[in-house]
Amino acid sequence: MRDKQIEDLKDYKYGFSTDIESFKAPKGLNEEVIRFISNVKKEPDWLLQWRLKAFERLKVIKEPDWQKPKYPKIDYQDLYYYSAPKSFKEKPKNLEDLDPKLLETYKKLGIPLQEQKRLNGIAVDAVFDSVSVATTFKDTLTEKGIIFCSISEAIQKHPDLVKKYLGSVIPITDHFFATLNSAVFTDGSFVYIPPNVKCPMELSTYFRINASDTGQFERTLIIADKGSYVSYLEGCTAPMRDENQLHAANVELIALEDAEIKYSTVQNWYPGDKDGKGGIYNFVTKRGLCKGTNSKISWTQVETGSAITWKYPSCILKGDNSIGEFYSIAITNNHQKADTGTKMIHLGKNTKSKIISKGISAGKSDMTYRGLVDISKNASNSTNYTQCDSLLMGNKCGAHTVPYIKNKNSNSNIAHEATTSKISEDQLHYCQQRGLNQEEAVGLIVNGFCKEVLQQLPMEFAVEAQKLVGISLEGSVG
Amino acid sequence: MEQKLKTDFDKFISMSNFSNQEIKLKKEALDNFLKNGFPSRKLENWKFSDIKQIIQKNIGELTFYNDYNIKNEINDEIFIKEIEHNKIVIVNGKVERLSFEYEESNKINLTTLENFNQNPNDDNSLLSLNNSFSNKIHNILVKKNYSFKKPLIIYQITNEKVSNTNINFQLKFELEENSSIKIINLSDDNSEKNFINNLFNFNLGKNAILKNYKIDKKSNTNIKYDYSSINQKENSISETFIFSSGSDYKKNEVSCNLEGQYSSAFINGIHLLSKNKHHEIRTNTNHLYENTKSYQLIKSVIDDSSKSVYQGKIYVDSKAQKTDGYQLSKAVLLNEQAEFNAKPELEIYADDVKCSHGSASGSLDEDSIFYLMSRGLDKKTAKELLINGFLLDVVEKITDEEIKKLLKNMIGLN
Repeated sequence: MRDKQIEDLKDYKYGFSTDIESFKAPKGLNEEVIRFISNVKKEPDWLLQWRLKAFERLKVIKEPDWQKPKYPKIDYQDLYYYSAPKSFKEKPKNLEDLDPKLLETYKKLGIPLQEQKRLNGIAVDAVFDSVSVATTFKDTLTEKGIIFCSISEAIQKHPDLVKKYLGSVIPITDHFFATLNSAVFTDGSFVYIPPNVKCPMELSTYFRINASDTGQFERTLIIADKGSYVSYLEGCTAPMRDENQLHAANVELIALEDAEIKYSTVQNWYPGDKDGKGGIYNFVTKRGLCKGTNSKISWTQVETGSAITWKYPSCILKGDNSIGEFYSIAITNNHQKADTGTKMIHLGKNTKSKIISKGISAGKSDMTYRGLVDISKNASNSTNYTQCDSLLMGNKCGAHTVPYIKNKNSNSNIAHEATTSKISEDQLHYCQQRGLNQEEAVGLIVNGFCKEVLQQLPMEFAVEAQKLVGISLEGSVG
Repeated sequence: MEQKLKTDFDKFISMSNFSNQEIKLKKEALDNFLKNGFPSRKLENWKFSDIKQIIQKNIGELTFYNDYNIKNEINDEIFIKEIEHNKIVIVNGKVERLSFEYEESNKINLTTLENFNQNPNDDNSLLSLNNSFSNKIHNILVKKNYSFKKPLIIYQITNEKVSNTNINFQLKFELEENSSIKIINLSDDNSEKNFINNLFNFNLGKNAILKNYKIDKKSNTNIKYDYSSINQKENSISETFIFSSGSDYKKNEVSCNLEGQYSSAFINGIHLLSKNKHHEIRTNTNHLYENTKSYQLIKSVIDDSSKSVYQGKIYVDSKAQKTDGYQLSKAVLLNEQAEFNAKPELEIYADDVKCSHGSASGSLDEDSIFYLMSRGLDKKTAKELLINGFLLDVVEKITDEEIKKLLKNMIGLN
């Protein structure tokens, strides 16, 4: 009896799905579906043509297969590419108009919108399946000239900005999943920070995957104009499902002269059950372009969920003196697999990059850090520092490090370090002697191991992330 | 190329006296090579050094037929005089002399192999090429409890008789329990534009010790691939040292399988490159059993528009608890055009391990140069001194004092 209770508790905390009737496009991937999506979203013709061009490209290129975690072949014709809750055909004007059931869902997730609006000072653009639910704190942002809305809205209201920057970092000719996203993306966030404006609050989007069989194809575009600053948070949970769900989002960041973008992610999507059944495929393309001189982009990620995580948030350091940073914690347990890391492409002079990656694998999981540091001929006086540490818990899991280092400039320095080890018996013994039980001791040590990355997260996230690290490793020791 | 390979192969077989078994195996190897062709950058292991393209660009059309009936003269002057040693002299891929004058003849067994292992991996078709075109494979067996009294120097000579030719050579060593051998492999190239493909197999029994020093110093325009496969039983030790500098293109690949407990493998290497030379070292250490140890130190000095590549992989099987693996690669780039690529890789399936790797590349430290100049050295001497010290670190890892001294003189590092 007690065992059952424990089992129940261990089950995925956010595993539920709301039964709002979905409004779907027909199954399958073809020109009609793309036209349907474009039409439903009342898009201008240039965007439709752009999508179709991506679709043409998609027919030619092949799905990549060099990654470490293998997965069963995805039937792209068997997916729905658009779904929206029915009651959203007419968009609500404020929070009170929302479907009560939907509000309930968010409550379970721990982000009651009203409360957040009042207490947290965070503007939330919540994406429920594919359509933007509600955008809060618009007024404060509008005052500063900041645009923070869904990308569909941006396409209607700020077509010039979208047209100028969409696909400028991740072109439609990129790899398979990025191109797929370009053809069928449904919604996502759009941020524009005008020159010399420091965004007064953390911008945050809570992603949520609902409706069975719907691959979610988000598109996020963040532009920081000259001298501006923005910190953006992305956090995810998804309901429990049996079929594997594909998530192929594209995130593009553009930092102009002297601008800074800080992008933080906490990802806790459904990882599948203990036997590795179900779970999300997280194949996301994230890329930032430091376009202007003195610009800076920093990625921070805490990856604890998904059956397979396969992503490399990257920085292209094009402007002179630009800076790229990557801080990552990736945790895999049970049958989870992750192949993640970053790419730092140094093109401008005096560019700097820093990579701190912490991988923890437990259970029967498999974790790979894969990264590229490329200093080109013209990037003189550039430096890179990379540190990737892996922690193994148990002898059924794997931890791998595959860094690619290319140095074509004699004035530039690259330093790379990597270690793999387990939690030392001495540390465990010390903690247990002080009265902690084994699980608490492991939690404490792991938190210390991750501290360098956790520190980079904004306050609101740091606390949550710390808890998440503990939850993810429950039951992995002893 | 396919037609050329087939006709050259038929000619080669008809001119030699292989047994039916050998011919059968060689045909299979050729078929395997024909299926895959030369490796290109599309294969992960050849990502930084596309040998298919390099051969096409620098040699063009290759001849695969190599006449092993020609008798080559050996000039005794090339032999090392500083130390007494046993010799194997290989000219253009043919073993011309095997002399173990310092050893007890009943402790060594020299044979040629009738059966050789087929290449198990498609990633490396060059091993198949080697199997199909190499001459009789000599097998050197060192019997139980016997240690070589003097080092064995393998002189690998090419002369002006060959050009635009693919030379394949293969040699196998078997070290029985408690035996040991020291080998120096010296390249002496007097030919231009050949593709030289070497394969060395070592099997180390319990407590066996192998010390293997590979020196490629003489400047030449040949393209070389050199593969050493080392299988190690319980408590055995292998030490490999690579000095890679002379050839226009060279890829050294060392693959160690640590199959028995307490076995250890040490691989140290130097790249000293100038002009437009392109060298690569790839190491593969597979920890397959408990309590095994591996260590790699690779240093590169890269000048002009040369290119140095290091790919190193430490693999730890789930059985191989208590593994100790360490790997460090460092590179100094002296010129704007120079390039360094590295891929240090860890693949680990056991939790009670200590594995780490480091890689650093950059220019010479300005502060150190300044310090030396303030002590009265000119800039050139200061730089030379720093480079000397940088590389000496690797040479000092050589465990045999006599050979260390010899190699220091030979390489010119003091």
